[in-house]
Amino acid sequence: MSETAVSAGARPARTYRDHAHPLWRRILVNREAAVIALLLIVIGVSLASVPNFDSPLTVTFLLRELAPILLIALPMTLIIITEEIDLSVASVVGLTSVVTGILTQAGWPFPVAALVAILVGAVAGTFNGFLVTVVGLPSLAVTIGTLALFRGIAVGLLGTTAITDFPEFWTDLARENIPGTPIPGVMIVFAVLAIAFAVLLHLTPFGRSLYAIGLNKEAAAFSGVAVGRAKFILFVLSGAVSGLAGVYFTLIYSNARGDNATGLELSVIAAVLLGGVSIFGGRGAIHGVIAGVLLIGTLGSALRLAGVTSDVINVITGVLLVLSVVSTSFLGWARNRRLAALGRRRNREGRAP
Amino acid sequence: MFVHDRKRRRLAALGALAVGIALAATGCSGGGGGGTGGGDSGGGDSGGDLSITFLPKNLGNPYFDTSNAGGEEAIKEFGGTYQEVGPTEASPTSQVSFIQTAAQQGVSALVMSANDPEAVCDAIDEARGAGVKVVTFDADTSPDCRDLFILQASSEGVAKAQVDLISEQIGDEGQIAILSASANASNQNAWIELMQEELEANHPNIELVEVVYGDDDDQTSFDKTAALLQTYPDLKGIVSPTTVGIAAAARYLSTSEYKGQVALTGLGTPNQMREYVKDGTVTAFALWNPADLGYLAAYAAKALVDGDITGEEGDTFEAGKLGEFEVGADATVLLGDPFVFDADNIDDFDF
Repeated sequence: MSETAVSAGARPARTYRDHAHPLWRRILVNREAAVIALLLIVIGVSLASVPNFDSPLTVTFLLRELAPILLIALPMTLIIITEEIDLSVASVVGLTSVVTGILTQAGWPFPVAALVAILVGAVAGTFNGFLVTVVGLPSLAVTIGTLALFRGIAVGLLGTTAITDFPEFWTDLARENIPGTPIPGVMIVFAVLAIAFAVLLHLTPFGRSLYAIGLNKEAAAFSGVAVGRAKFILFVLSGAVSGLAGVYFTLIYSNARGDNATGLELSVIAAVLLGGVSIFGGRGAIHGVIAGVLLIGTLGSALRLAGVTSDVINVITGVLLVLSVVSTSFLGWARNRRLAALGRRRNREGRAP
Repeated sequence: MFVHDRKRRRLAALGALAVGIALAATGCSGGGGGGTGGGDSGGGDSGGDLSITFLPKNLGNPYFDTSNAGGEEAIKEFGGTYQEVGPTEASPTSQVSFIQTAAQQGVSALVMSANDPEAVCDAIDEARGAGVKVVTFDADTSPDCRDLFILQASSEGVAKAQVDLISEQIGDEGQIAILSASANASNQNAWIELMQEELEANHPNIELVEVVYGDDDDQTSFDKTAALLQTYPDLKGIVSPTTVGIAAAARYLSTSEYKGQVALTGLGTPNQMREYVKDGTVTAFALWNPADLGYLAAYAAKALVDGDITGEEGDTFEAGKLGEFEVGADATVLLGDPFVFDADNIDDFDF
């Protein structure tokens, strides 16, 4: 604004700023920073007032329990940024858990069974991706359907029984901490994947094109983005990562059952949205999502330790989510009002020179 | 220009304020809850007395509300601290985080009904490693992962109680049928087998004509009851060793011409059966008393924590008003014979 005012008189050459706001403001005043701040507040308050929260067991138990959500939240972030959704992830976890169990029971070596399970997850994702991008159905409808379908297959394969006999080497490995720290070893896998997804989303043309798709997929298509291909890849990734989470889930509980991880998809989506990803697409970042998962998990863990019942914990988590959505909408509304007021005044000034 | 900037600044401030309020509100709701709750459990943990946590399959389940109330009564009697935690849904792994929390809190004992015999075992191992005694009741885990299991009723006891009830109600002779859960339900099949043995041995005049399966589905059980009554016009009684089956059969009988003519008994819960006991469709049915089960589990947990018992076969301990109990094979303590509910006592129960 001030640039145009200055340059309007003498020089025709215009300069544009790279960003509307200075760097410190872009880093500190956004949804991601707010979630991270809130996470730090919750951790601080819990350390000060909740007995036993400061024990190293807390970190181990919390991260071990959150690992499947953290893993699946990565591809889910990318999918929601393109304004799609994958509700079938928890059913894929259940299905791949059953596949891992059945193959292990049939005498396959565990690593092979795990690889096949991840492959099954990828195939499930491919099926979702095919229906969404090739057939052109809305992902909400498709993945509600496959949520029931994959869960049905999982329960059908194993009935109401459970397979609980897994090689001790692998179950111990899944439960093992990084030596000398209270951090579970699975966090190494997660860190690698998180960095890979962060680089993919924020630093590659493919990742940047996802934002364009989420904001306006026609405009993205006309700008040369292969919208269908991008979404297809995301659904396959989502299936494969859910498969990995399924294998981990099986190991950590030494338990392959059709109804494993029922309802996990909602935990994942809630955390992703809390982490600053817009359900309308085009907005979000990996670090915010990770903070979102940790925030919900830490809050739940601290409240449980403080003896708060789980229904109250659900209420608190729900209020947090609603407030996070309301605050975004409120800020958006305030910005629109400001821009509208600006536009009106500019019109008035234009008419009365 | 200046006007713009001032206005913009004001709006930005307003926005910042809103974010601030949202942050403060959410921060407070989290911190506030933590603070007050922390005070409670802090009081319980200090002092080094007995703190026992009850972990039901899920919260808001009247059966466990009754059993945990029994546990609370026992804990009050011997002066410990009672706490109840639990998941909102009874999925296999939903109890794990609560077991871990108990381990972190360092409670003396955890009394739980397991949603899954295996999925919680590793968490229980870790809790026991942290010095928590683990007692299961109602639903067991694998015997090697907990300290003690409180069994509500032996299979023999359940089978005998039902045979006794039906033979008493039909005058010890005539045709009876069994309406079971699904054909591969292991509990029901074990009971039915024992009931057949008991009938052959002690009730030669009672003929078991058929075992039908209602799949623990209300409508299927209802339809199977109707079919039974049409197929066997001389049928004198039905035994349904499953809570879903007995309620569906009672619903059919209460609206049919067979009401009061065909006896019905089995395993049911008072809340489901109250109506049918009052209208005369059902005279008496059996189940165990969940309140006694919780009561006994709490005393067993105390005995473990005090070191009076270790879970060895033959160990004995006192359980308040219930008297003395002995630990059986597989570190299992049997509550006793099933409890018979009839018109006189059904109003004392709410589960």
